[in-house]
Amino acid sequence: MPAYSKFTQQELPACKPLLTPEIVIAAFALIGALFVPIGLASLHASRQVVELVHRYDASCVPVDDKVGFIQNSRTDKTCTVTMTVPKYMKSPIHVYYLIDGFYQNHRRYVRSRSDKQLRYKSAAHLTSDCVPEGDTADHAPIVPCGLVAWSLFNDTYTVRVNGVVTQVNKKDIAWKSDKNNKFGKNIYPSNFQKGRLIGGATLNESIPLSEQEDLIVWMRTAALPTFRKLYGRIEKDINANDNVTVVIQNNYNTYSFGGSKALVLSTASWIGGKNNFIGIAYLTIGGLCLSLAMGFLVLYMVKRRYVS
Amino acid sequence: MQRFVYINDESCRDSYRDNRVSNTKYTLWNFLPKNLLEQFRRFMNQYFLLIACLQLWPTITPVSPATTWGPLAIIFIVSASKEAWDDYNRYLSDKKVNERRIWVVKDGIRRQIKARGIHVGNIVWLHENDEIPCDLVLIGTSDPQGICYVETAALDGETDLKTRIIPSICADLSSEQLGKIKGVVECPNPDNDIRRFDANMRLFPPIIDNEKCPLTINNTLLQSCYLRYTEWACGVAIYTGNETKSGMSRGTAEPKLTAADSMIDKLTVAIFIFQIAVVLLLGLAGNIWKDSHGCKLWYLMYPAERPWYDFLVIPLRFELLCSIMIPISIKVTLDLAKGVYAKFIDCDDQMFDPETNTPAHSANTAISEDLGQVEYILSDKTGTLTENRMIFRRCYISGVLYGDKTGDALKDARLLNAVSSKDPDVVKFLMVMALCNTVVPIKSNDGTISYKAQSQDEEALVNAASNLNMLLTSKDSSGIAEICFNGSKFYYEVLDVLEFTSDRKRMSIVVKEVKSGKFLLLTKGADEAIFPRSCPGEQTKTYLEAVEMYSHLGLRTLCLGCRDLEEDEYKEWSKKFQDASCSLDNREHKIAEVCNSLEQGIHILGITAIEDRLQDGVPETIKLLRKAGINVWMLTGDKQTTAIQIGLLCNLITPESKGQLLSINGKTEDDILQSLERALTIMKTALERKDLAFVLDGWALEIILKRSLESFTKLAMMSRTAICCRMTPLQKAQLVGILKSSGSLTLAIGDGGNDVRMIQEANVGVGISGREGLQAARAADYSIGKFKFLRRLILVHGRYSYNRTAFISQYSFYKSLLICFIQILFSFSSGLSGTSIFNSISLMAYNVFYTSLPVMTIIFDKDISEATVLRYPQILLYSQAGRLLNRSTFAEWFGRSLYHAFVVFLITINAYADEKSDMEELSMVALSGCIWLQAFVVTLDTNSFTCPQITLIWGNFVAFYMINLILSAVPTLQMHTVMWHLCNQPSYWITMALIVAAGMGPVLALRYLRNVYRPSAIDVLQQIEQTDGHAQAPGNLESSTGTYLDYLLTDLRRNKSSIHQPLLSDSASSR
Repeated sequence: MPAYSKFTQQELPACKPLLTPEIVIAAFALIGALFVPIGLASLHASRQVVELVHRYDASCVPVDDKVGFIQNSRTDKTCTVTMTVPKYMKSPIHVYYLIDGFYQNHRRYVRSRSDKQLRYKSAAHLTSDCVPEGDTADHAPIVPCGLVAWSLFNDTYTVRVNGVVTQVNKKDIAWKSDKNNKFGKNIYPSNFQKGRLIGGATLNESIPLSEQEDLIVWMRTAALPTFRKLYGRIEKDINANDNVTVVIQNNYNTYSFGGSKALVLSTASWIGGKNNFIGIAYLTIGGLCLSLAMGFLVLYMVKRRYVS
Repeated sequence: MQRFVYINDESCRDSYRDNRVSNTKYTLWNFLPKNLLEQFRRFMNQYFLLIACLQLWPTITPVSPATTWGPLAIIFIVSASKEAWDDYNRYLSDKKVNERRIWVVKDGIRRQIKARGIHVGNIVWLHENDEIPCDLVLIGTSDPQGICYVETAALDGETDLKTRIIPSICADLSSEQLGKIKGVVECPNPDNDIRRFDANMRLFPPIIDNEKCPLTINNTLLQSCYLRYTEWACGVAIYTGNETKSGMSRGTAEPKLTAADSMIDKLTVAIFIFQIAVVLLLGLAGNIWKDSHGCKLWYLMYPAERPWYDFLVIPLRFELLCSIMIPISIKVTLDLAKGVYAKFIDCDDQMFDPETNTPAHSANTAISEDLGQVEYILSDKTGTLTENRMIFRRCYISGVLYGDKTGDALKDARLLNAVSSKDPDVVKFLMVMALCNTVVPIKSNDGTISYKAQSQDEEALVNAASNLNMLLTSKDSSGIAEICFNGSKFYYEVLDVLEFTSDRKRMSIVVKEVKSGKFLLLTKGADEAIFPRSCPGEQTKTYLEAVEMYSHLGLRTLCLGCRDLEEDEYKEWSKKFQDASCSLDNREHKIAEVCNSLEQGIHILGITAIEDRLQDGVPETIKLLRKAGINVWMLTGDKQTTAIQIGLLCNLITPESKGQLLSINGKTEDDILQSLERALTIMKTALERKDLAFVLDGWALEIILKRSLESFTKLAMMSRTAICCRMTPLQKAQLVGILKSSGSLTLAIGDGGNDVRMIQEANVGVGISGREGLQAARAADYSIGKFKFLRRLILVHGRYSYNRTAFISQYSFYKSLLICFIQILFSFSSGLSGTSIFNSISLMAYNVFYTSLPVMTIIFDKDISEATVLRYPQILLYSQAGRLLNRSTFAEWFGRSLYHAFVVFLITINAYADEKSDMEELSMVALSGCIWLQAFVVTLDTNSFTCPQITLIWGNFVAFYMINLILSAVPTLQMHTVMWHLCNQPSYWITMALIVAAGMGPVLALRYLRNVYRPSAIDVLQQIEQTDGHAQAPGNLESSTGTYLDYLLTDLRRNKSSIHQPLLSDSASSR
């Protein structure tokens, strides 16, 4: 006789919940009751965020041949935009650049980098993943190699609040873990942007990669073709109706592929930046659940089940 | 081609192989290549290998090649280890056979060697009850007549003893001479024909008889038979090892594929086609996008000159991205689940037979689902439905019904008195019982006598006679039978045996009473064969009444009779009989005619009634199985009348008023075909009103198969019950084949060697480890101790297995499709370039780890309790008709995965837009969304929660976070610190809750509406279970529920073949 155990006899005590009207109606009502307040809270948080978005790609190029303008290294690309702050903005105020229509997630782009090279001094020659921006014409490795680094964003912003130059703090805009572990402290840029084609920004060869925070931010690639990346923080409150003037060095080419650029000033809340989606979605689903609960309740009262 | 075997000649020992028996598939050397080759014969494996190879090309691979190579290697290792383990066990059992010690005579000296060391030409010396190690030509036995007995059950399944005789050329050799004999046997090359051996033998000096002596199968001892009732025997090895007749006929059984498996295969092919379509479409769109947009993106730096294969790159990337659509782990997961089902069967206490101490066993662990989908059960009768233990119960002698009060004639005082007072009628009756048979009495060393008989009935009669002091003590080869009655001995010379045939339905012997020299004809047979031949004026009416009465009790009746013969009459007849026996054409008919001429004017002595008791629980089981919608057929080698009686007794057929038995028979072929058509017409018109069944015998079947297979198939598909008698093992298998080829799922159950073919042919073979040995049980997929365990095997284990496999397989597709759809959706926002949203580690872990553990919990799931299933067996129809795994249920899962992919993707990209849209973070959010949904999907689809289930589902969920938090600590990984970041954001948790609510809300709502307002039969039973608690339902409620269930299931029953219901309407009812 085989040894008896509840396990082998499939006789383990089991709980068999059924989808009875009571349980289901209660479940939907509960979800609704939870989701509506969370939705309201999220929406409130999102509304508290003060956000200034200014698209400048078109207005900053005075001529019709936009591509020619941006590709000409000799033209003066300085451009000034002025915004009025509608509400009091509490520091820190995040300064983002927003790019639209840029496929940082394209397979050819996203894989064109060498993480080893960015970390280890000895791995400078590991550029095989970086094609077509791996080595220079005379086979010297480019550091940092690859399309991602090569296309580094190079517009710069100088912010004035009511005419007073305000410091945009560019320290600690990258993830600490990236600075500590992904970008070497002893690795300096070399052969970067020395090729025939210049992609984006150049790098100061005397600063190690771990301190090149703009690069680090840029290299944390975005998953969607529309993205914002942190440019810096203004660590000063800005009052309502203050004038914010930004002098932009409009260098980056989004014109040839029909993308757009914008400058964003934004405060933050517990939910992050301004994003009404979560709040609205919560309210919608909460509402739907409540109405389902109501509907089921009515149906339950009207039409009884067969088995009684 | 011929083979020359030189007896006892060492010089040619190497010309043929030794006696090493090997059933193993692999050797140590060829295991790896052969097993790999075998595994790659599967289409799925080829496909995954191709994908894995494509992934080695860095230009196109979206993720690291490890995502496919890893799981592929695991799958291969798991399958290979299983094969290796099985093969190792075969090796061990072979080794046991090969290492057996066997006596061999070489140049007159007897030595013991290992069985594998026997070579062709060796003389093998066997003792009583030895298993014969290789095929031998018998050259000597301990019996002065030169005969020996062998049991061939392992070879052909026949349990009666066979006599084997030494060739005439060896007749006069002493045992010393045998050891030194030299000669040559000329025989054909090895074949698998166990009934034929055409060879000859010549002996060399010093035995001078230099003549060719013909050999037949009767001169052989074949491997795996047993030597019985013979002190010793010796023979020359002619075929050894795997070249023996039994070795050559041992085929490797084809692996069986369950209906659920083939459905899964079909779905896989459908997904594969879908995948190819998606890949082509996306590939084309990707190429167009590249040419129209991609080339303008300066940061992509597309070269102006591109290699010729450039147009292939994007489609191939999508192919690799979409390859996960077909779940690589499905086979391993299912194999694992099936292994557990098999273990549950092995361990089931309620299928343990305490009488014989045998637990149920599943030799084939891969086909449990088929048990739950069985449509036809083809059952052997003797030993399967009955106990195969014939017991003499009653008799009717000259007007007295003995045993009708006690139920046992042997305990009836009147009979015992009649015996002790030597009532002449009773004495004669007993004499016929003891003598009129072909039983061989075997005297063992301690003086007790046992009987070996070809038929169990004869054995029962002889045993009964001996209990009534009429002992058959010996029968020697010259034909003298010794009978001991009340201590005094009588001698009879058996002159002729008029053998039993199914046409004659009787057998007789002619004996000469040695003392008086009187000639007697003793007869026994079926009543309808004996009564017409009784002497005129005999009062057959009372006998007929007795027969009728016994039949109704389910007893097997035989009518005994005798006739005094004049010497002249016998002599004259004997001559005719000799002529007929020697005639070359139409011998059987001639013999029957001659026999008939003698079997006239028989004086009827009485009626015997033998009981072959039904096994415990058989009628109930058959009733239950029939109620569950399974058609039960009885296939037996037995006579029609007995078969029908047993059929009535075990609820297989309904008595006349409610049921009707359509008999398909006739004298000529046309008669048979006509009666077949007639049966078909009746079946068509009256099936609804009456419980119809048809009866046919082996001869009719032979003709029908030859001439009218189509009508028979129609009949077979309509008939819920059939009794097929006088079936040969081949015909049993043919019947299974007919049902199988018409698309029905068959289960064959039997206990004897004659059932082996049908068991192997059927989708599911069940063997009863019974009295006829373990032959059937060994060949079967499942072996059980008693027929009654079949109901648990089918209704409990089969049904659960099917339900569980249905869930596991479809869920496997669901989770693979989910992740794949997300990849596809993402590709629309990544420029159709084939970027993978998930990183390699996540993808691999998702398939192998995160999603395969929770789904395994379903192997503990029970939708309704065992008790409920057994109370409402009609619920089996649900799984029988494949309602849980078919195209429409799959479409539902497909839709669900598409919906969930949209939910996960849209919520993720909206909640993680703008400054949060970091690739690594977004990918982890989407992945966690999938994991959250998985946990809830499994929870919603689980019917009963036990501890392991809850632990695994939510433990896996916790494990996901643990693993990712740990992986986040590894600086070299791309997802370094990502999970830490996410867990600290309230918005991450809010997003997860949103995904779950949006994903599961509609599923829950739809499920609820269906459960409550269009319930399926299973839902109804679940509700009943819940309201009843564990209390027994009152009778009227039970019956009303049964009616309601039947109502729900009627459509199912009718449209069993068309199982495809419209999408999302799972309910069988149409209100």
